[in-house]
Amino acid sequence: MPLVKGGHIVADEFVRTAEDAELPAQGAVLVSASRFLADPEAVLGRAGGKVGVIWPNDRDVDDLVPHLARLALVALVFPSFRDGRAYTQARLLRERYAYRGELRATGQVLRDQFVFMLRAGFDAFEVKKQADAEAFTETVKRYSVFYQPTGDGRLSALHQRLQLRHSESAGL
Amino acid sequence: MYAYDEIDRTLVNERVAEFRDQVKRRLSGELTEDEFKMLRLQNGVYLQLHAYMYRIAIPYGTLSSEQLRRLAHVARRYDRGYGHFTTRQNIQFNWIKLAELPDAMADLAEVGIQSMQTSGNNMRNVTSDQWAGVAPGEIEDPRIWAELLRQFTTLHPEFSFLPRKFKIAITASEHDRAAIKIHDIGLRLLKNAEGETGFEVLVGGGLGRSPFIAKTIKPFVHGRDILSYVEAILRVYNQYGRRDNIYKARIKILVHELGIEKFSAEVEEEWQQIRDGVLKLDDDIIEDIRSRFFYPAYETLPHMPDELKQAAHDQKFEAWRKNSVFAHKVQGHAIVVVSLKPVGGPPGDATADQMDALADIADKYSFGEIRVGHEQNLALPHVRKRDLPAVWKALDAIGLAIPNVNLVSDIIACPGLDYCSLANARSIPIAQEITRRFANHDTANLIGRLHINISGCINACGHHHVGHIGILGVEKNNEEFYQITIGGRADEGAALGTLIGPAVPYAEVADVVEDIVEAYLALRAHPEELFVDTVKRLGVEPFRERVYATR
Repeated sequence: MPLVKGGHIVADEFVRTAEDAELPAQGAVLVSASRFLADPEAVLGRAGGKVGVIWPNDRDVDDLVPHLARLALVALVFPSFRDGRAYTQARLLRERYAYRGELRATGQVLRDQFVFMLRAGFDAFEVKKQADAEAFTETVKRYSVFYQPTGDGRLSALHQRLQLRHSESAGL
Repeated sequence: MYAYDEIDRTLVNERVAEFRDQVKRRLSGELTEDEFKMLRLQNGVYLQLHAYMYRIAIPYGTLSSEQLRRLAHVARRYDRGYGHFTTRQNIQFNWIKLAELPDAMADLAEVGIQSMQTSGNNMRNVTSDQWAGVAPGEIEDPRIWAELLRQFTTLHPEFSFLPRKFKIAITASEHDRAAIKIHDIGLRLLKNAEGETGFEVLVGGGLGRSPFIAKTIKPFVHGRDILSYVEAILRVYNQYGRRDNIYKARIKILVHELGIEKFSAEVEEEWQQIRDGVLKLDDDIIEDIRSRFFYPAYETLPHMPDELKQAAHDQKFEAWRKNSVFAHKVQGHAIVVVSLKPVGGPPGDATADQMDALADIADKYSFGEIRVGHEQNLALPHVRKRDLPAVWKALDAIGLAIPNVNLVSDIIACPGLDYCSLANARSIPIAQEITRRFANHDTANLIGRLHINISGCINACGHHHVGHIGILGVEKNNEEFYQITIGGRADEGAALGTLIGPAVPYAEVADVVEDIVEAYLALRAHPEELFVDTVKRLGVEPFRERVYATR
């Protein structure tokens, strides 16, 4: 699956290892939540290289919070595009726990969800279809108006109106 | 009226452009039906028994005459010349072509009408009292808050893929015309001891196969905190609502399984983390929304104008006035309910010609405004009392001076097996037959207020559980049978009806309803005792006996 990051299709530097396979000593690795939680220090304490965790959407992100500062990547899962639990996890990680590393959407990731995902705090996308990945830049420009404020910092329509009003009255 | 500005219009146009692209990708095969399904549902597009059905939102039931004319245009240009008003302050078109949908949407967008989230597992059209802003004695116009919630819920980046659909209703009157207790979240506007505006918040109501009356989760949430509180409820629901079984995915099941105390503790914990965050509403924001609602410049008028006194000699006018005209907060004015329940007609349908004519009547007599109620009727919210005779004549000319509002023939019914792919039985012909049985206005008047609700399947779009008489279509051995409940109600005293006995075959339903009504007339304590109150006093037994004694 193509990976979109920073608006471009990029190579994935993270290596996924099979559950029981030995972790490579170096390089960026992506491990399951269960493997990570079984012994976080063993995974984080390798000689070098970044660590990412695949976090299932039915597990509280609270369990991940103590380790966030040392994680380079959290991959959240959309087992089907109908299952929106990972949107909540993403917002909690970004807005409540101030996670600043890569937040990656994985699973059934289609172009029609990009805007929602971006607004929830995702910044990397393992896209199911090549054509959707290629259409990323164009797709995310579909909307210029957003009704709700979220942690992505975009001005909501409510605040946009107030700003307009203030700038109009200031101009008089 | 709330006026869309450039910001709202931009969003709606961007949505139309997105859907046009999605339809194009579906038609080219780039999107599978499975992928497209969720996208079309989020735009109000269903695949029904015969064709695509298109459901359009009428937020809090308020329409301008220009908007109603545009709906008539869509009915005429893209459908078969009529539309169907639903219990959710929506209008549905039944025969629209997929390839033409983006054009229909674009036509509607020009007048600020859209269909975002009228289906799908997201927050649906926010509904409210159809008399909002004109009902005497309301705390304040609930549409200010409904509009804030409409904006909050539209394309929400966290809650567009919930376990199931999610419905919010708001009332600001003591008499609940928004049926808030049968919604996922019900909001009742009130003032606290300090005179501040806030809400009693109810949660977990709903009908369908497991009906529940909503429970109070918090007696008072300040207006400035309402968005964060709703977000907290939704966040708990999104994380913990069941996704393993579609029938158990609604929030009512989560509330029921956790218990209201545990559920509210979860919500409280979440809310405390976000209540002072970005969703907090300051007075400027609330005032900004308030300022975008326009109210008519009412004249000072007499309570009882001569025109009305004169018209009172006309029995037909009086019959209509008594059932269709309601008190208005401004003296000399009235709310006129326009029944869409003609004898022998499908409840809630209006033709394109009727919509156009009604828009003209609204321009002339109701400051260009029309309301849509959950009873599948329309209303003219600002009629001068002196104009009532003229309004009556104008409505009569288009077949809409039907004097049966709140009477036994003012039936709520889903489209049933005639249109809906979920239905097990027909609803519309049952409604039509009952209206014929009770076509005599004097008889209907004698019976008084009596709400019949009909659903063609357990999903309960016709709200049968809360009908004074509820009729639910079921299938037995490939035949249509109907379960009858009595004693339900959807108002502030909301209650679920009780089953009176075994289901009856299609051909007997109207007879059974007649039997029940006859039993009521014999049993009521006095002529003012409503059917539903007689049932409450006596229970279902005497009605059961009357219905099944000879069956």
